Amino acid sequence: MAEIQIKNVAKTFGSYQALHSIDMTISDREFMVLLGASGCGKTTLLRIIAGLETPSVGEVWIGDKRVDHLPPRQRGIAMVFQNYAVFPHLTVFENIAFGLRMNKLDDATIKERVNRTANLMHIEQLLQRYSGQLSGGQRQRVAVARALAMEPDVILMDEPLSNLDALLRLEMRAELKGVLADSNTTTIYVTHDQVEAMSLADRIAVMHEGRIVQANNPVEIYRNPAAHFVGSFIGNPPMNFLNATKGGKGKWNVAGKSFSGPQSGQENLEFAIRPEDVTLNGGGLDAKVRIVEPLGAHNLVTCDVDGSLFRAVIDSDSKVKAGEHISLAPMQDRIRWFDPQTTLAVA
Amino acid sequence: MTTSSPTVAASQPQKVVDARKAGSMVFAASVFLLCAWVLVPIYFLLVNTLSSPEEVAAFPKTFIPPFNFGSLEFFAGFSGIGNALKNSALVAIVTMIMSIGVGAPAGYALSRFEFRGKAAFRILILMTRAFPLPLLALPLAVMFIRTGLDDTIIGLAIVHTTLALPFAVLITFSLFSGIPVELEEAAWTLGCNRVQAFRKVVLPLVLPGITASAIFAFVISWNEVFAASVLTIENRTLTAFLLQSLDVSPLHLKFAGGFVLVVPALIFIFAVRKYLFAMWGIANR
Repeated sequence: MAEIQIKNVAKTFGSYQALHSIDMTISDREFMVLLGASGCGKTTLLRIIAGLETPSVGEVWIGDKRVDHLPPRQRGIAMVFQNYAVFPHLTVFENIAFGLRMNKLDDATIKERVNRTANLMHIEQLLQRYSGQLSGGQRQRVAVARALAMEPDVILMDEPLSNLDALLRLEMRAELKGVLADSNTTTIYVTHDQVEAMSLADRIAVMHEGRIVQANNPVEIYRNPAAHFVGSFIGNPPMNFLNATKGGKGKWNVAGKSFSGPQSGQENLEFAIRPEDVTLNGGGLDAKVRIVEPLGAHNLVTCDVDGSLFRAVIDSDSKVKAGEHISLAPMQDRIRWFDPQTTLAVA
Repeated sequence: MTTSSPTVAASQPQKVVDARKAGSMVFAASVFLLCAWVLVPIYFLLVNTLSSPEEVAAFPKTFIPPFNFGSLEFFAGFSGIGNALKNSALVAIVTMIMSIGVGAPAGYALSRFEFRGKAAFRILILMTRAFPLPLLALPLAVMFIRTGLDDTIIGLAIVHTTLALPFAVLITFSLFSGIPVELEEAAWTLGCNRVQAFRKVVLPLVLPGITASAIFAFVISWNEVFAASVLTIENRTLTAFLLQSLDVSPLHLKFAGGFVLVVPALIFIFAVRKYLFAMWGIANR
């Protein structure tokens, strides 16, 4: 049982506030991804959970034990580092056995566990090698095997795939997901790669400037961003945003067209729509096409709508050319609204 | 004679292959010259040491040493030489232990912790080398006499440690900086406390470098003559002893003395040359 509770955790480095009162509960066996651009505090939060940083204020609970005053070795965690941190003076076998030896397990158990995790990560033929004789992908496998061998309650991963090349990353991603699902541990995984986050996570916590902006399952994060930032960060290409002015009675004027939106007292809102949620039908937003990028499965069209940048994903059969005027009709049920002051979503 | 060959090759009309050949000959010649620069004096030292007193003064020289051990035998029988040798070794060993004992933790702290005035501290370490020893020797001697540290092994070792310490700190600083902090952090998450992580992960990785830096401290102490001459009277180290006695000795004994002084340092450096290379190479791992 390893539920993780983070209560009002904040961290300051000198005058710089890296984390602002984070509250989060990660349930047992959940795969939680901390997602955000570099410098958003996601790694700091992970290191606080690991015990490699101490929080300036707040509490960290793992299971039913408060751990924020404990050193890493007493927290029941294992961590996988971005640059693997495989010990260069030990063989792969001794690397995986390192934590087990520290826990004073007997030799037979150590051998059994090392072999089992090595098989799991497909590195059984590398056990007698040293780190210098391994490729990046193999080192990553050793690092994961070393963490798994500890059979920890919690596995923490700090951008474990970011140093691998693209193809290997894809392969390792799928493999990690399988291995971690079978291992029955709670996982916290830090990444700046949204595709990685979407594909791995049970739940994503999107972080921005030291705060968790939204924590929810991947589909919900994608469909219903809680704030402007989430919409603009998640999705490739990201959401389109246009200014909306009040037209009375839940009607809002966007680029000369009227859309039904929330009953709000405000004069202005932000209208948002994902690029794939528009169709090439008449009566939509008037758009002047700037660039057409054929991407095989579909075409990415970059246009100018009412002076703002607007991207649309349309069928690759369409004959739209740069310079033309087209009509882009948003799907009514996919339109989202944001408050321009608070940047939060308005229902 | 050695420099003339590339010149001849360069003066002839040639193809690219010849130019490359000439280049490698220039390289070979430079290597030869540099080696000769170091080895020829040592060789003459050897030849003269192994010559009889008459042959030392004679001209022309033979290039094959006559293997006359008279000078060395006389030297070995010289009263006090064994004692001086022992003192030198003791002072060098104590210097080695103290400069690594103090220098390595300082190097570790510099590489791992952020603290106020860190940059100034690093400059300050180097600054200790900016004061010429002769300037400090007199006040030091007075102070040592007052505290009773004069003419002792430990007293001289303290002075030698101050000389060796900046190198020890800076070399170990770069050694520890070459070990990614993640390796230590990984060890902490795998059940180590700070000390265990240091012992099981950092120490094995820096040990060759530490050894080299220790040898370096040893050689600094072994070769040091000024402080040794000023601060010791009865318990002279080899350098101070030789400086004192050889000043008034005949030429062949001077050669023998120089030989005895140079050879241990050479042998020592030769024995640990692998580690000395590792000292610079380890940061790249």
